[in-house]
Amino acid sequence: MTGASPAVVSASKLGLTFQTNDGPVQALSNVDLTIGKGEFVSFIGPSGCGKTTLLRVIADLEKPTSGAISVNGMTPEQARQSRAYGYVFQAAALYPWRTIERNVALPLEIMGLSRAEQAARIKRTLDLVNLSGFEKKYPWQLSGGMQQRASIARALAFDADLLLMDEPFGALDEIVRDHLNEQLLELWERTNKTICFVTHSIPEAVYLSTRIVVMSPRPGRVSDVIESTLPKKRPLDIRETPEFLAIAARVRDGLRAGHSYD
Amino acid sequence: MSSLTPRSWQGYAALVLLVGALLLWPLVSATPGYGMATTVLIFILLLVAIEADNFPPMIGVALLFLGAHGAAWMLLAGITGNEGSARGSFYLLLVAAWFLAWRCVTVLSSFRPTSRWASTALRLVIPAIFGAWILIIWEAVTRGAGIPFILLPPPSAIGARIVGSLPVLGADVRQTIFKAVIFGYVVGSIAGFLVAIAADRVPFLRRGLLPIGNMVSALPIIGVAPIMVMWFGFDWQSKAAVVIIMTFFPMLVNTVAGLAASGHMERDLMRTYASSYWQTLFKLRLPAAAPFIFNALKINSTLALIGAIVAEFFGTPVVGMGFRISTEVGRMNIDMVWAEIAVAALAGSVFYGVVALFERAVTFWHPSVRGG
Repeated sequence: MTGASPAVVSASKLGLTFQTNDGPVQALSNVDLTIGKGEFVSFIGPSGCGKTTLLRVIADLEKPTSGAISVNGMTPEQARQSRAYGYVFQAAALYPWRTIERNVALPLEIMGLSRAEQAARIKRTLDLVNLSGFEKKYPWQLSGGMQQRASIARALAFDADLLLMDEPFGALDEIVRDHLNEQLLELWERTNKTICFVTHSIPEAVYLSTRIVVMSPRPGRVSDVIESTLPKKRPLDIRETPEFLAIAARVRDGLRAGHSYD
Repeated sequence: MSSLTPRSWQGYAALVLLVGALLLWPLVSATPGYGMATTVLIFILLLVAIEADNFPPMIGVALLFLGAHGAAWMLLAGITGNEGSARGSFYLLLVAAWFLAWRCVTVLSSFRPTSRWASTALRLVIPAIFGAWILIIWEAVTRGAGIPFILLPPPSAIGARIVGSLPVLGADVRQTIFKAVIFGYVVGSIAGFLVAIAADRVPFLRRGLLPIGNMVSALPIIGVAPIMVMWFGFDWQSKAAVVIIMTFFPMLVNTVAGLAASGHMERDLMRTYASSYWQTLFKLRLPAAAPFIFNALKINSTLALIGAIVAEFFGTPVVGMGFRISTEVGRMNIDMVWAEIAVAALAGSVFYGVVALFERAVTFWHPSVRGG
């Protein structure tokens, strides 16, 4: 399943040590990982396991201190310079002085697209996240769920093939989160993007992913990688099937094994 | 007659004061004093205002307003020719009128108008009544007690002096505000802003310039002004230089703080777009710094005025607000000094208000402006 497609992200023996006032902290240690095109990979683990750090290393927001990593066959820095990925943060991080449409236009302005091209892409991506009709609103006039959808639209607007999402729905309530998960799957299926998704929710990870990377802390490392056997088409009630529950149980076991380490 | 009793403590207090004023008759010790008709009318107006709460709110407010201010007007009008001879009765009546005006403002504040126009009018009327009463009491006390003109002239004399000296005041405003203040304010603020950007871009400037900027702001204006006069001459240029020195640092410090105000996540976001320094500056950091920059502009609007006026004490052509103040004090023309003070206060408020309006338009998105 992954072997045939070209690697979008490939890491080997990746390590990152932060120098803090309390001495060095190993955020990542010996991470080996290959993510193929079109995959939906979730990173799950307790806080401090390095899942966000790993995502930030892929995005070139942190530099690894050992090992090697390539993104789209380039160094992460080259990949960032060539705008290879869209990044969705834990909070929407929309600019309050811009309307929703100008927020989505932000990366397009920076990349120097023409006004007409910008307008076409804004319309397309806002359609994709079901925010048509809210173009002229300011972020603070929208609900948290709509703000996060706008931030996803912003990450999609410049058509990068790789989408990095760092607990994008962590701050939202369960009902909104279910709804957005469903929409995200639909969007993934339609666009065929590669998605790396950090979460600390087991149901969310199992529901969304083709592959689940279980991580554990001190030092941050990969403790298990679980291939999902669920079909690509997933209605929300798939979460009550025995197959779903079996994968969830395995993730839970992996998390527990990681914890028993310390 | 329970329906004719006052309904508020201000009303009761005014009633008590009215009785006291009757007992302490007459209002002034001098002749001719107040005429009988005038005195009776003052009492009737105040009684009407005391009873106003027994009427429907709209009519009640109108009666309160007319009663309190009509009585105050007649008290002030009647003191002409009797200056310095006011007795307790006069002051009791004045305080009674003031209490009733207070009641009037209280009732007005409790109104919840539905139309925009009415709420705007209400927002203007309430502080106007408040300000008017400061002037009324000032006028009544200075004239009633006969306070020497040199110490504190009554506002009516200041007003008359303003009206009588419009050409002189206009020339002073042109010299001080339209030349020194505006030029110094614009140049000082822009310089502070540009230096802040430079300090942000070049680390060694940040380390070197900020302490020096700090030192410049600590220079005493009294010491700098005469030196600027020697450097740049007697005309407005030397005053503008003082204003530049005064406005530069607040802008520098606020802009530097503002440039650090954008969040980590927002800056990481720009990094993921491989955004250049200048793109990040214009699209994220400067908009995020706008509330800080406007703070500096507001602080500078008052600093600039103070700086220019004080600097004119140290040599100037025979025109300018500071020059006028320093020379008219020497000639004991205190009403002219007050006239300049009033004009400066008005100009400063307008200046500040214009900057604040701009701020509301530019930082409409900030929680402090959009309210929540």
